[in-house]
Amino acid sequence: MSELEQLRQEAEQLRNQIRDARKACNDSSLSQITAGLDSVGRIQMRTRRTLRGHLAKIYAMQWATDSRLLVSASQDGKLIIWDSYSTNKIHAIPLRSSWVMTCAYAPSGSYAACGGLDNICSIYSLKTREGNVRVTRELSGHTGYLSCCRFLDDSQIVTSSGDTTCALWDIETGQQTTTFTGHTGDVMSLSLSPDSRTFVSGACDASSKLWDIRDGMCRQSFTGHVSDINAVIFFPNGNAFTTGSDDATCRLFDLRADQELMMYSHDNINCGITSVAFSKSGRLLLAGYDDFNCNVWDTLKGERAGVLAGHDNRVSCLGISSDGMALATGSWDSFLRIWN
Amino acid sequence: MAQASQDQGAVGIADPDEDSPNMIAYRKIEDIITRLQDETEGVPVRTVKSFLSKIPSVVTGSDIVQWMMKNLNIDDPAEAIHIGSLIAAQGYIFPISDHVLTLKDDGTLYRFQAPYFWPSNCWEPENTDYAIYLCKRTMQNKTRLELADYEAENLARLQRAFARKWEFIFMQAEAQVKIDRKKDKTERKILDSQERAFWDVHRPVPGCVNTTEMDIRKCRRLKNPQRVKKSVYGVVDDTHTQSPVHTPSQQSSKDTREDVEKEILFLNTQLDRHCMKMSKVAETLMIYTEQYLDYDPFVTVPDPANPWISDDVTFWELEASKDPSQPRVKKWGFSLDEALKDPVGREQFLKFLESEFSSENLLFWLAVQDLKCRPLQEVAARAQEIWQEFLAEGAPSAINLDSHSYERTSQNLKDPGRYSFEDAQDHIYKLMKSDSYPRYLRSNAYQDLLLARKKGKSLTSKRLTGLMQSS
Repeated sequence: MSELEQLRQEAEQLRNQIRDARKACNDSSLSQITAGLDSVGRIQMRTRRTLRGHLAKIYAMQWATDSRLLVSASQDGKLIIWDSYSTNKIHAIPLRSSWVMTCAYAPSGSYAACGGLDNICSIYSLKTREGNVRVTRELSGHTGYLSCCRFLDDSQIVTSSGDTTCALWDIETGQQTTTFTGHTGDVMSLSLSPDSRTFVSGACDASSKLWDIRDGMCRQSFTGHVSDINAVIFFPNGNAFTTGSDDATCRLFDLRADQELMMYSHDNINCGITSVAFSKSGRLLLAGYDDFNCNVWDTLKGERAGVLAGHDNRVSCLGISSDGMALATGSWDSFLRIWN
Repeated sequence: MAQASQDQGAVGIADPDEDSPNMIAYRKIEDIITRLQDETEGVPVRTVKSFLSKIPSVVTGSDIVQWMMKNLNIDDPAEAIHIGSLIAAQGYIFPISDHVLTLKDDGTLYRFQAPYFWPSNCWEPENTDYAIYLCKRTMQNKTRLELADYEAENLARLQRAFARKWEFIFMQAEAQVKIDRKKDKTERKILDSQERAFWDVHRPVPGCVNTTEMDIRKCRRLKNPQRVKKSVYGVVDDTHTQSPVHTPSQQSSKDTREDVEKEILFLNTQLDRHCMKMSKVAETLMIYTEQYLDYDPFVTVPDPANPWISDDVTFWELEASKDPSQPRVKKWGFSLDEALKDPVGREQFLKFLESEFSSENLLFWLAVQDLKCRPLQEVAARAQEIWQEFLAEGAPSAINLDSHSYERTSQNLKDPGRYSFEDAQDHIYKLMKSDSYPRYLRSNAYQDLLLARKKGKSLTSKRLTGLMQSS
């Protein structure tokens, strides 16, 4: 037996041991334990605002930390900063490349970022002295499309790419401080932990990985999905996260149990999930689907608690404001809706 | 319907030949379609008499809706319509007299699509095929094949675009007409309608959603452009160029020895990790959501009311004011994290520590948090400042570190970076959490805020606003 074969066997043995260890921790299942829990009842949400202005598919959105402003990116080549409460457009930023796939809002509110098929993460300063919005940095280095970006603070941003890597950038110098390699498929989405020390990524290799921001190491890897993972989001306490996939399921993974806790699916749901978000307490999981709807899930009991219908094309992105008051959904029908 | 977690042993990924990201969805729909068409358990497919002719092989919309409600466990007909319309929009069933692909719960007649035309075959028909199709329609003198306005416009556009090869397209169309004529009349009616439904999916009526549109992130990964580009009518066309969006994917390299060694290292660290029991994990999740349920506006009605619903921004004004509401103060007591996350909570905690002359721990913690956000160029200098202020010999705000952390930090400062103080910060955090934080929660300063009658507090704020407005 060749050395490579022996190594492969060793890896396989280790994988089996890990699987057994996980099984040993499976003294129950989340749904069994929460069987006696009070149901959240029927969740009905209505559209409170419709944000009109984009002329083509909306691909991404993110709330500002003030829970009123939000940024959206569309393939009409525009980044729009909205005051979602009044529906006024604060800024309409023309992009150099219209093939935009992601956008982000800095926690301070001073910057926005976006990127896409140009492989570049462009940073925009929203609070210049002159009062206009301009590009302050173009972070290039990825060799594939930019699928997601999230600001750590005004100085650092984390990106994920179709080149199967993620990266941490120092915005001032434009350099990649750390590269996160390990995925074997396009990385589609990332989510920062509440304490900003780690982040989780989801990729087209059907796995999600937990990364340490400081040293670039992959701390944990999770499998279970059978197709591309399109979206990931941390549970509010930072100990778990949920993924949404083309296999028509969302799954909850726990970091300390090191495995899947719950799957959110239904025989009548026959399309992929594009985006996921948790309500403030984490009790509700909101997910956007290709069939134009959003489904509301009871995170703990695994039951569907509600449906939000209203968009005329696929829901491509969604997010909940930091005060938990509102859900924003963006769609290929070119509109954003605010629900609660 | 909750599903138990699957065994994570196999990294089950879709069959590499099934490239389309929608393949799993297609298979699920095809299951339903197969059941719908089952001879005994499916919907009644029959021939309907109309005027001078017969309409073969149709089923009514309401029959489909009824079947779905009974066989797919659906209570609400609206949900059946939603699922049925999705199936129709993908082209698996279609109304025989309409280009718009939705499901209606009435006597509208529907037909099933031929498996040849199913979306799971990854069709991406070229405009040449579409041109042949429209051209063919104009050759057959039948009212039911008359072009709709938008189709006539499309044909005109295509004639201009393909002006130089129109003769070729015309010949192909003629050939197709010849083939069609050979078929039995009833069979032709069915095939014509199925062909039309196929084009309704790939060249939809203006205003209808094109369900074949793919996320551009997924387009690039289609591994076999040749397969996707096959012609509906078997036309071999060498002149068309590859779409710029379809790039041949990189060959996945075989695992090198280095890759496997790296993986073994990783797996070993995973094995060493202590896995927490499911019951314990579930318990902590439940406790967390329970604690924060009152603060979740989607589950508990907020007070003051949700500004989005009441059109009243009092809630946000209160949050922004220096005067914290009682629930907000209560949240600071959940964990040190919560107290530090809230700027007002941080301020109050700091004030308390200052009153006890023990604020240097928190000030150190805050300084290190700030250090982590600085641009790289400022980091080294700032790190030195922090060392001088809190850790150096004779530091003005000396903090108490164990000798191990002190040594590590001192080493780190030789090459200062954003994370030079991580050990020290962790140690100080633990100290605060076990000592000064619980004391703060017991203090008069905190208890006064916590027990202040909520009504009294908000009344004050409202009165203030009133005063401001009238002045």
